Amino acid sequence: MEIAKAEVASASNPSNSHPSAKAKPAAAGAEQELRGAEVLIKALQAEGVKYVWGYPGGAVLHIYDAFFKQDTIQHVLVRHEQAAVHAADGYARATGDVGVALVTSGPGVTNAVTGIATAYMDSIPMVIVCGQVPTHAIGMDAFQECDTVGITRPIVKHNFLVKDARDLAETMKKAFHIARSGRPGPVVVDIPKDVSFKKVPYHGYPQTVEMRSYNPVRKGHGGQIRKALQLLLAAKRPYIYTGGGVLLSNASNELRQLVDMLGYPCTNTLMGLGAYPASDRKFLGMLGMHGTVEANNAMQNCDVLLAVGARFDDRVIGNPKHFAQNERKIIHIDIDPSSISKRVRVDIPIVGDVKDVLSEMIAMIKESATKPDTNALGAWWDTIEGWRKRDCLKYDHGQNDIIKPQYVVETLWNMTKDADTYITSDVGQHQMWAAQYYRFDQPRRWINSGGLGTMGVGIPYAMGIKLAKPDSEVYCVTGEGSVQMCIQELSTCLQYNTPIKIVALNNRYLGMVRQWQEVEYEGRYSHSYMDALPNFVKLAEAYGHVGMLIERASDVEPALREARKLKDRTVFMDFRTDPTENVFPMVQAGKGITEMLLSAEDL
Amino acid sequence: MKHIIAVLLENEAGALSRVVGLFSARGYNIESLTVAPTEDPSLSRMTIQTTGSDEVIEQITKHLNRLIEVVKVVDLTEGAYTERELMMVKVRAVGKEREEMKRMADIFRGRIIDVTEKSYTIELTGDQTKNDAFLDAIERGAILETVRTGSSGIGRGERILRV
Repeated sequence: MEIAKAEVASASNPSNSHPSAKAKPAAAGAEQELRGAEVLIKALQAEGVKYVWGYPGGAVLHIYDAFFKQDTIQHVLVRHEQAAVHAADGYARATGDVGVALVTSGPGVTNAVTGIATAYMDSIPMVIVCGQVPTHAIGMDAFQECDTVGITRPIVKHNFLVKDARDLAETMKKAFHIARSGRPGPVVVDIPKDVSFKKVPYHGYPQTVEMRSYNPVRKGHGGQIRKALQLLLAAKRPYIYTGGGVLLSNASNELRQLVDMLGYPCTNTLMGLGAYPASDRKFLGMLGMHGTVEANNAMQNCDVLLAVGARFDDRVIGNPKHFAQNERKIIHIDIDPSSISKRVRVDIPIVGDVKDVLSEMIAMIKESATKPDTNALGAWWDTIEGWRKRDCLKYDHGQNDIIKPQYVVETLWNMTKDADTYITSDVGQHQMWAAQYYRFDQPRRWINSGGLGTMGVGIPYAMGIKLAKPDSEVYCVTGEGSVQMCIQELSTCLQYNTPIKIVALNNRYLGMVRQWQEVEYEGRYSHSYMDALPNFVKLAEAYGHVGMLIERASDVEPALREARKLKDRTVFMDFRTDPTENVFPMVQAGKGITEMLLSAEDL
Repeated sequence: MKHIIAVLLENEAGALSRVVGLFSARGYNIESLTVAPTEDPSLSRMTIQTTGSDEVIEQITKHLNRLIEVVKVVDLTEGAYTERELMMVKVRAVGKEREEMKRMADIFRGRIIDVTEKSYTIELTGDQTKNDAFLDAIERGAILETVRTGSSGIGRGERILRV
């Protein structure tokens, strides 16, 4: 290991011998002298970055000065660094591009940590540029100093501390390459203030990058794919279970083609919704803790399971011992070998990019003489239709014009299904209702924090998406608890004219906590009731937006209709929903996925 | 079961902490860890001794490979390998103990590398069980200080780990 002392020596004497850059510089671009901050801007421009969400501070002042002198990248000034990362993350989820955020040292970084961890858990490609105190001050407990590389290490795909401005262009190239290739993820680049200030020779942005230690596979192993296909075509009770990896790999079309060719039932995880059209009969709904009866039963009872870009999350398979009670063969396609055989034993692992592997699978099916066993498949579908008849998402519409949260989401879906619509959510009951009752037919339209489960992402996600998709409708389905975690961003929405529609399902409770307390803690509602809620209508108005209070079911549709008409305004809709409503089906912690509570009567 | 994992990684600041952080974050054991640059100064070679079920070891090697700075990973225990650890033991050596300690060091093919009126420092090299056996063989009360490097491992014969 290179010891710290040597590092300090080379940092304090930048004229030390400089390791030759491994990346090839661009052919064009005569040598010129640029400040580190200008090199950074050049890098962002070369990577095609259109938007950067950020917040200035001492350590990034040189970088902000360089932003001032250019006009190709739009900088969005957020109100809290957490939202900068969330907005860039939401943008990345909706577009597939790398999201970029810029924060200052110390508290700028620590505020960004929640956003970075959120992106990491869902494998979202991002580059987060952080200011750092000058290299000579590192380790001196300088003002606004923190060990950024150390703090973010467990929540990034990789991170860099740039100690020499001459390394900056190459480091940025590597950062973008790492963020978007293989299993995507956030990459942090920590830039000390003297590095962004120093003038260095600039030879152009590297066109290619080579790293001997990082070469993610794309193509799956042909033999493995062939074996998988034999198993899949011989299945009596096949099931296709797909996750966020299908969306990250832009393999939605391939998935649709595969499912259609085979005629097999398909389910998506919370992160994978939209990969297969929810309105199609072959789609059994979301599976897992709040999955449908048919999706969970098929998961438990299938004989061959094709898992695609999914990771057998604890929220998806419930108790792994219960899951293992039924024998089934598992084929698992994933770009990350460490996701395979992590929670369940896999029979045929295929490491590779989902899009590549599915394309190859489709090509092999076309050539194959073997066809699925239609008799067995017919019987399997009959069984599934039996489960589907249970109609587990049916809910009681209640009396006295009370607003059921499910009804709000359903109405929103009915109204917007033919438009290009993006739905973001926060975390809790509203998130599950949105996932269950909004039918996502297109990929990258459902934007939520699946892995980390971060409350407060909804508004920043929506404003990040709206900037990239100004002609699309963007709704944030949230709760009165979550929405308060990043509500300051309503101010950003006004400044940058990103008119979003906030659908707050306000039940005056931290609903999911309250639901668990009802189910698991005999109704001891410890600190899950929010007294002294703000007047959201006035709050929205104070931020320069439109506020609406909706208290009757019969007003839900007219309110949504009116909000939709206000195309250029951000609208906060405060729906006062039934405070006692719970999310069903529900699999309690530790139970198997078929051991579902289906309604309040099961409690 | 005991496993010895050899890792070739970029000799860069912070690479060691990524490996150590991975083990603590995912709850894996580290029995010992040694690391130093190789003949190519841009690469470090690390030997990690760990324990775990086959599933855990599989995950450990997969996660090590996932680290951007890691170039290659091999579980040496999957084949024939040689393992060595250097141990230095300072022992009390007064009166007739002096003769006894010298004899024990000889039996274990150790070398006395420092001598005072009251103590010897004995250097031993071997696999960990040999070094353990030496400590068990001498009188516990005579041990003043022990320092061990942890195991370094290398594959036998044609098993070569390099870029």
